[in-house]
Amino acid sequence: MPTESPRYFEHDADIGIVGRGSTIEQAFETGAQAVFAIITHLGAVQPTSTVTFEFEEADLEFAFVTWLNVLLGRSHELDMVFSRFHVQRHGNWWRAEASGEKWRAGLERGVEVKGATLTMLSVKQTGPGWEARCVVDV
Amino acid sequence: MNLNQLHPLQPYLWSFPRHPGDKRAEVLLYGTAPLLVSMDDKVLEQIANVASLPGLAGAAMTMPDAHWGYGFPIGGVAAFDAEQGGVISAGGVGFDISCGIRCLRSNLDLYDATPSLKELADTLFRTIPAGVGEEGEIKLNPAQLDQVLQDGALWAVRQGYGNAADLEYIEERGRVAGAIPDNVSELAKKRQRGEMGTLGSGNHYLEVQVVERIHDEAAAAAFGLREGGIVISIHCGSRGLGHQIGTDYLILLAKAAGRLGIHLPNRELACAPIESPEGQQYIGAMNSAINCALANRQILTHLTRTAFAKIYPHATLETLFDVSHNTCKVETHEIDGKPRRLHVHRKGATRAFGPGHPMLPERYRAAGQPVVIGGSMGTGSYILAGASGNQAFASSSHGAGRAMSRNKALARWHGRELISELAQQGILIRSRSMRGVAEEAPGAYKDVDLVAEVTEQAGLARRVAFLRPKVCVKG
Repeated sequence: MPTESPRYFEHDADIGIVGRGSTIEQAFETGAQAVFAIITHLGAVQPTSTVTFEFEEADLEFAFVTWLNVLLGRSHELDMVFSRFHVQRHGNWWRAEASGEKWRAGLERGVEVKGATLTMLSVKQTGPGWEARCVVDV
Repeated sequence: MNLNQLHPLQPYLWSFPRHPGDKRAEVLLYGTAPLLVSMDDKVLEQIANVASLPGLAGAAMTMPDAHWGYGFPIGGVAAFDAEQGGVISAGGVGFDISCGIRCLRSNLDLYDATPSLKELADTLFRTIPAGVGEEGEIKLNPAQLDQVLQDGALWAVRQGYGNAADLEYIEERGRVAGAIPDNVSELAKKRQRGEMGTLGSGNHYLEVQVVERIHDEAAAAAFGLREGGIVISIHCGSRGLGHQIGTDYLILLAKAAGRLGIHLPNRELACAPIESPEGQQYIGAMNSAINCALANRQILTHLTRTAFAKIYPHATLETLFDVSHNTCKVETHEIDGKPRRLHVHRKGATRAFGPGHPMLPERYRAAGQPVVIGGSMGTGSYILAGASGNQAFASSSHGAGRAMSRNKALARWHGRELISELAQQGILIRSRSMRGVAEEAPGAYKDVDLVAEVTEQAGLARRVAFLRPKVCVKG
């Protein structure tokens, strides 16, 4: 379950999302929560089914965009919505899992996210932790 | 945008002067001072970055409805010459490849339609899969989907979704050449499995509109429009398949650019030379997505006819036109008196061929190409006709353009209240997403009247008719 409210920043036509955490992985996970909170109310999603995947990416910023876009792609492919996220980095390899459920009548319909873009993309250390951000196209 | 940075060339055309040492090409901005002032400075930064890409032909331009996008500004137009090392840019096409508007004219008028509009709204809402998490009834196997990507709306008509007459009034007659389905990832194809014949979300809509005002009688007659007549506009694109192609190629092209010796002022301009293997790979995938979008709007046209037939058994809905506004197309344009084959990127801009263009259907050849400027669900939209002498690679505005971010709109309006307010104005909204309705509040958009007026005054397209919404199915 999300532990804090998702963070966003302004963009004229689309939505800027922010993920923060004490590690890169946590920043990626809260970034994913921010994306899926646009799609539905995460608190109502039951994490009954888990999807795992992995990818290779050396560039931290491209890795953040890839992580979000694979999540979005898999959620569309499986007609699911995710609410819990976990990612582990092993060098250039990223092993990820997301839990959620199939769309059902009781889930709030938010707005579809088409994809994460390279706009305003950054992954950086900010004092005690990490912050990852980019604009998502809706 | 700070106007002090710009130089007025004509009343509706401005340039962004180059400083000594600037390596970019010319930048031109269409619009009036108030419209330009209302634009974010990022628009200027983004279009100047576009002007620095290799092989640009003429100038990089923005339309009067431009706003800050990703890589290219939305409302951006740029043409590249393959023979001059020109590039193809995934950011210049966008995630929703071939997003566009299918416009249908009907034999109904508002007087006859009004008593059953509520029933129509409910029937359309049940018939048209709209919004996040909604799938269509058409499920395609991999071979069938590849046929869609090859044949576009032609595939849909062959399956019984609509008729051959529709194809005459779709860009490229409903099927763009050069699609290579093998260049589309498996994930992209899987995402599309349940999404054929779906509207999508965000700013996508299906609207039943009334022709409230005619601006150009001759063009309106050619387009089959009359005051009081009912028109339907369907705004959507290539759905999950296009989104995934945009995703797949954005990073692929961003990485390729460095390897291919292209300096990107910003990685979001992800591009590759047109003639490079990477560029050709993207073009084959992009054309597949264009065909997917054309097929999708053709299926939605069929579903719309089905819904209308239940409420108005004698209604006939004919395709007026289908035009995309997120594309790159190969076209011939004259530059310095010489015809050149160019890859014209239109990101949130509509092709607007002027009168006499050979690619127009005979019926519209004297009037010019129908162009749609979609407004908000509470104000209205315009149908225009491509103007003679358009100097923007035959391009025009595509919408009102946002005046306020989605976050701000969400904080200011509530979906249910908006639906109630609009119902009192005689506009019926049907949506599963109250968040989506709030984000798309009429007040979050610029003045569509102003955008259409400036589009005409700038010589991009002529206003033909104003359409007032009566029913809106929102994604």
